[in-house]
Amino acid sequence: MSTRATEFLRRSGEHDHPLEDYVGRVPRWCTGCGDNAVLAAVQKVCREEQLPPEKLMFVSGIGCSSRFPHYMGGYGFHGLHGRALPIAEGIKMRRPDLHVFVNTGDGDCCSIGAAHWVHATRYNMNMTVMMHDNNIYGLTKNQASPTSPIGTRSNTTPRGSVLPAFDPLQATLGFSNLSFVAQAADWIPELLFQIIHEGFKHRGFSFIRILQRCPEFQANRWEPCIQDPDKLLILTHKDGLQVSPTLARTYKNCEEHDPANLVDARRIVGTSDRIPVGIIYRNSDVPCYEDMRAPDRLFTPELVKQGLEAELDKFTIWPRE
Amino acid sequence: MSVARKKPKVPVGKPAIEIDEHIVEILSDSGEGAQKCGQSFGAIAARLGYGIWTVEIIPAEIQPPARSVDGASGNRIRVAGQPVSNGGNQADVVVAFNEQVLLGRLRAEELKPGCSILLEDKWRNDSDPSIAASYVRVYDELIERGFDVHEIPMGVECLKIIKDPRRGKNMFALGLLCSIYSLDTEAGHEQIRFIFGKKGDLVISSNQKLLDAGYQWAEDNLDIKYKIPATPPSETNIVVNGNTSLALGVMASGMEVCAMYPITPATSASHYLSDVFEKVGGVVHQAEDEIAAAAFAVGSSYAGKCAVTITSGPGFSLKQEVLGLAVMAEIPLVVINVQRGGPSTGQPTKPEQGDLLTACFGSHGDAPKVVMAVSDIEDCFYSVITARKIAETFNTVVVLLSDAGLATAQQPFPRPEFCEDWLAAPIDLSPVEEGYFPYDWNPRSGQRHRVIPGQPNGMHTLTGLAHDRRSCVAYNLKVNKEGMRHRSLKLAALQKTIKTPAVLGDDEGELLVVGWGSTRGAIAEAVKNVRADGYRVSSMHLKILQPMASGIKEILQRFDKVLVVENNWADSMDDELIDEENRRYSNLGWLLRARCLVDVDCWGEVGEQPIKPGTVERVIRERLS
Repeated sequence: MSTRATEFLRRSGEHDHPLEDYVGRVPRWCTGCGDNAVLAAVQKVCREEQLPPEKLMFVSGIGCSSRFPHYMGGYGFHGLHGRALPIAEGIKMRRPDLHVFVNTGDGDCCSIGAAHWVHATRYNMNMTVMMHDNNIYGLTKNQASPTSPIGTRSNTTPRGSVLPAFDPLQATLGFSNLSFVAQAADWIPELLFQIIHEGFKHRGFSFIRILQRCPEFQANRWEPCIQDPDKLLILTHKDGLQVSPTLARTYKNCEEHDPANLVDARRIVGTSDRIPVGIIYRNSDVPCYEDMRAPDRLFTPELVKQGLEAELDKFTIWPRE
Repeated sequence: MSVARKKPKVPVGKPAIEIDEHIVEILSDSGEGAQKCGQSFGAIAARLGYGIWTVEIIPAEIQPPARSVDGASGNRIRVAGQPVSNGGNQADVVVAFNEQVLLGRLRAEELKPGCSILLEDKWRNDSDPSIAASYVRVYDELIERGFDVHEIPMGVECLKIIKDPRRGKNMFALGLLCSIYSLDTEAGHEQIRFIFGKKGDLVISSNQKLLDAGYQWAEDNLDIKYKIPATPPSETNIVVNGNTSLALGVMASGMEVCAMYPITPATSASHYLSDVFEKVGGVVHQAEDEIAAAAFAVGSSYAGKCAVTITSGPGFSLKQEVLGLAVMAEIPLVVINVQRGGPSTGQPTKPEQGDLLTACFGSHGDAPKVVMAVSDIEDCFYSVITARKIAETFNTVVVLLSDAGLATAQQPFPRPEFCEDWLAAPIDLSPVEEGYFPYDWNPRSGQRHRVIPGQPNGMHTLTGLAHDRRSCVAYNLKVNKEGMRHRSLKLAALQKTIKTPAVLGDDEGELLVVGWGSTRGAIAEAVKNVRADGYRVSSMHLKILQPMASGIKEILQRFDKVLVVENNWADSMDDELIDEENRRYSNLGWLLRARCLVDVDCWGEVGEQPIKPGTVERVIRERLS
């Protein structure tokens, strides 16, 4: 075993990982589902970064988006509805060597798992979180989600939903200890790739909301935006996105936005009637929980023995002389 | 209006009455230090070689109203010449800082009829006439009921030494007790040095003076003096409470992550662990909720060594879905549930053994888990080590049940000698053979080898969905059945390694009393007493409740009657509506009846205190008659 391990270590530096190394099982998402675009972008990021597949850790909750780990080439943990974040935190805590990604949906993240999202932001552990937001519960077959626009007709709101949509960006910009917030759209692969890549490179909790098409239950949700690119506002910056000339011809609405400016970030998200795409906020100076809580000493049997003996001393009733 | 009885001044050196054991209670309002007094008294006694068992008396609120009947804060200490295994029956000597807290214990029938009561007398002349009247009313009731009441000017005496008697009365009381039980004051001085060591010489010496003053006051004024013969301990013991013992067990087991959410009465285990875990390279994560705590522990376990989550009833309910995931995905996990009174918020500071069936059958679908229970303070320590080992050997969930009684109870036990075998093996990140299966179920034992992230060639996606050997989502029913069979087999494989529990007493007879968890000491003591009267009664205690050892049915069948005694609800056959067809049995009652097909009777109590040996004895005698 040890020979093989040494051999492996020797060769691991020489690996050139092609895209196929990041391919898992054949996706079973619907034709036209935005999840496919996210998968392609993530696989490209992994290849770009040449990440060792055995160090990839994809954690997900439950829902269409959460099937994601099965289709990737690394390790995956397809857990419970809403609980992807705490599971990912537990993994990252003791295994900072793993590249942790989380795939969650609008129901998973903004509804059943919302409490975890608030606190995951606060912990600021180094992981890339993709919230696939298709504004609907898909896997359970068409129920309104917190992000469904008011008036959405679904199986649970046959006469139209009555509440205004929950805005995940506004919410997350209000959370404490924020370090990275971005928004992407599945139908603009160039920016989707760039944003996920930026999220990956950011050391901290990178929250990326991905506007995503659900051809089955929200077929026309994003159609106006796709037909009229002016409905989007592309946020560019020398420290953020750069739009290629080709893309710039289609997306003319660009705004310079410094991701370090939280006040501007809140203004853009809160007031613009156009949908922002890009890096909305980034602060690389927020410390990561796993670093702050990392043990300052290596766990060894000798250390445990010493620590335990010292504690037992405190409680020992020494016989009287 | 009554007046205080004048006690004769007794000469120094009065003869002590020799006794085998006593139960002492110290009661005060919250914040007056009765707990410190009680713990110190226990520690002194333990150091001198007495068997002790201390029970904390805890009010539900942090600062309950002063002088309230249900606000008693304090300690009960059972002191004996021999080791003791439980808190015993009623108190023999009580020190109370006001009459209301005493009244609470009297109403709860915790005081032995006629027992000695040392009562702070300052309330008799309180400037508030209603307080003075209330004091006199209770005093008169106590005298009328035949209690041996001694009024003591504790505050007045303490004022001679310190400015605020509220902050020193407890050490004065400790002095009283040292005199009453003929304990050497030097042992008391040592204890004061130990507990106030960090606070400096001035604090130490003023507390020692208070202790001496209390001792001298009792020598000069009290006519009660006892001596409990004890042999000084031959081995080195430690004294901790159950929760600290659990936390020490977590350290000793080699686990590195504890994820928790604050909940009474489990939290003190995590408090202690938070203080010390980092010294051995571990970490306590306080999660945002109970579900997150369990999920965090599962994540840590999945990616490395087995982790632990510590909780109590309501938290245990919340974690059930996550436990099902750990069972399904075959991730090792230790869950410690320090049980409290339920259901719902129930009685957070009171003991109950009501979660056994939830532990065995909680989570939806077939989710086989290992369930163990701790029976005393020493057992808390070693059980965590065993639980971690079982969890990692079988890649499954092990639930370890303790309760609010054990959480704060203290008992001396031999100092553990560290053994490297207690620790988990280091994590293995070596490459996996090509073509391996993430669920390479052993067809006989159901076990699988766990591959963790970071191992080259081992990449797979683990899922809570039904899955096949490759960890692929199962789209056909046969595959699901295969997984279920193997997960279930693991419990059978473990069961083959469990010893049949020992029978205390004869192997056959008229009645077998069966218990589990914290009732062990009380049941054993009751059975011993009844046997001394010639009854053919034996007892048996179960440590691993799921899977259950073989041979139990055979044991049950050798007795005319089997009675399960536990600290949870059981319908009484005395209730008019209750009959054999609708009776709801106690937790273990259900389990044993189902497992053994024996007509097991049961008796359950859901009181505010751990079950007393005297209560068990009464129940046994009733069942025999």
